[in-house]
Amino acid sequence: MAARNFAASWLKYAALTVCLLLFIVPFVFLLLNSFKENNAITSNPMSLPDRFNFHNYTYAVGKMGYMSAFWNTLIITVASVLLISLFAAMTAHYFVRNQTKVNQYTFLIMVASMIIPFQAIMIPLVKIYGSLGMLNNKASLVYMYLGFGSSLAVFIYHGFVKSIPAELEEAAMIDGCTRTQTFFRIVLPVLTPTTATIAILNVLWIWNDFLLPSLVLVNPEQRTLPLSTYNFYGTYTVDYGPLMAGLVLTVLPIIVVYLFAQKYIIQGVMQGSIK
Amino acid sequence: MIAEKGVWNRLRTRLLFTGPTLFAFLTVMIVPFVYGIYLTFTNWDGIATSHTLVGFQNYGEVFRDRDFWQSFALTLKYVLFSVVLINAIAFALAYALTKGMRGQSLFRAGFFVPNLVGGIVLGFIWQFIFSKVLVYFGTKADIPLLSYSWLTDPDKAFWSLVIVTVWQYAGYMMVIFVAGLMNVPNDILEAASIDGARGWMRMRKMTLPLMVPSFIVTIFLSLQRCFMVYDVNLSLTNGGPFKSTEFVSMHVYEKAFLSRDYGVGQAEAFVLFLLVAAVTLLQVYFSKKLEVEA
Repeated sequence: MAARNFAASWLKYAALTVCLLLFIVPFVFLLLNSFKENNAITSNPMSLPDRFNFHNYTYAVGKMGYMSAFWNTLIITVASVLLISLFAAMTAHYFVRNQTKVNQYTFLIMVASMIIPFQAIMIPLVKIYGSLGMLNNKASLVYMYLGFGSSLAVFIYHGFVKSIPAELEEAAMIDGCTRTQTFFRIVLPVLTPTTATIAILNVLWIWNDFLLPSLVLVNPEQRTLPLSTYNFYGTYTVDYGPLMAGLVLTVLPIIVVYLFAQKYIIQGVMQGSIK
Repeated sequence: MIAEKGVWNRLRTRLLFTGPTLFAFLTVMIVPFVYGIYLTFTNWDGIATSHTLVGFQNYGEVFRDRDFWQSFALTLKYVLFSVVLINAIAFALAYALTKGMRGQSLFRAGFFVPNLVGGIVLGFIWQFIFSKVLVYFGTKADIPLLSYSWLTDPDKAFWSLVIVTVWQYAGYMMVIFVAGLMNVPNDILEAASIDGARGWMRMRKMTLPLMVPSFIVTIFLSLQRCFMVYDVNLSLTNGGPFKSTEFVSMHVYEKAFLSRDYGVGQAEAFVLFLLVAAVTLLQVYFSKKLEVEA
C-alpha cells in the first residue's frame, strides 16, 4: 500500500511538472530568442543563444518608445487603481450604512451593469467623448477606468463593509469623529485586505488592457505598453530579434512584481471570486 | 442608521461619498449604453455632425449581414470548446493542487503566470510559437501535422485560438476552484468515505455538488471573456487566414470603425449584448438550481 502510494504520488508530481512546463515553455522560447540574431532565430528557433547579446533590447527600447510607454502605463494604472479603490470604498460604505430604497436600487443597477460588455459601449463612448474633445488624454482614460471599474469594486467592498460592526463606527462618532473622519480613520484601515484584492484585480486588468486605450489614446507619445507593443509588432514583422526583446520588456515589469507579491496576487484573485 | 443633522449636511455627505463613483459610472457606463441604443436607430457615419432616424433599418441590416452570423456561429463554437476545456483543466489542476502535497503553492503560482500578461502580448508570443518553433520542431522530428504553420490553415488557426485561450484562462479559473475546494468541509468527505464512497463516487456525489457555486463563477467569467475575445484574436491570427477566424467582437469593431457603418455596428454590438446576456443569465439560473447546502 505504502509503495503504491509512493509511486502514485511520484506519478502525480511528474504529470503536474510536465503540465507546468507546457504552461511556461512559451515564455522560455521568448526569452531565449530575444538574445539571438534574426537569422539564428529563423534557422533554429529552439537553439540556445551563443552569447547574451543585448543589442535587440537596446534597439527595441528605442524603436518602441519603451520608457514613455512604461511611464504612461504606470501613471494610468496607479491613478486609476487609487481612485477606484478610494471612491468605491466610500460609496459601498455609504450604501451599507444608509439602506434606503434609492441606495439599494442604485446598488442593484451597478451590479446588473457588470453584464454589459465593453463592446456594447465602445462606439457611443468614442462618439460622446470625441465630440467633447476629451479623447487623446490620459486623464480621460483614468476617468473611464473609474467608471468601468467602480461596479465590481463597489460590489466587492459592499460584501466586506457589511461584516464590519456598526458599533465600531458609532463609538468613534460618540468620541467626536465626523462621518468623514470615521471613514478614513476606522473603516478604510479595516478594509485594507479588501483594498489589496481590488487593487490587484484592477492592476491586472488596466496594465494589460488594449481595446479601451487603443480607442482613447491616439498620439504615439500617449501610448501604453500594450499599444506600443502592438504597434512595434505591426511595423517590424520581419525582424524577429527586436520583436522578441520588445515582448520580453513588456512582460518583464509585471513578472518582477509577481515574483515578490505572488502570494498576495493569488489570494487577491481568490478573495475577489468568493464574493 | 447614521444620519447627520439637517438636509444640507446630509446632502453634502451623500455627494462626498457617492458623488464621484456614481457620476463616473453614469457618464461612462449608463449614458453611452442608452445613447448606444439610440444610435442603433440612426444612420450616423462617424463623421457627419447630424444623423437621421431610420427606424429598425439597422436591425434589418444585422439580420441580413451574413458575415455577422457566420462569425457569431464561429464564436459560439469557439466559446463552447474553450469554456468546457478551461473548466475541465482548471478543475483537474485545482483538485490535484489542494491535497496538501509539497510545493503545491509553487505549482499554483506557475499555472497562474499567463494571466499576468495581456492578450495582445500572449497572442504575439504564440504566433511565434506556432509559426516558427512548432514548424521547426515538426520539420526536424518529421511530424507532418506540425510541419507547416497552423496559422495558415483556417481550421487549425481556429484550434490555435482555442489552445491559447485555454492556456490563458485555465490558471485563473484554477485559483477560483482552489478557493472553492478549500471551503468544502473535510468532515463531510470523511463521513462519505466511512459510508463507503470512494474515488469517483465521492467526487460525483459529494465534491461536485458542493462546488457548484465555484462553477457558476468560473463558467460565467469564461463565457463572458470568450464571447468578447478581441486581443488574442487580433494579435494571434488577425482574423486570418482569409477572415476565417474573425470572431464576432472583431467583426463589430471592423463594421463600426473601419467600414464606418456605425449604426449597423452598434446594432450588432447590441444584439450581441442581448445574446450574451441571455446565455450567461440562463447559465446562472440553471446552475443555481443545482446548488446544495453542505
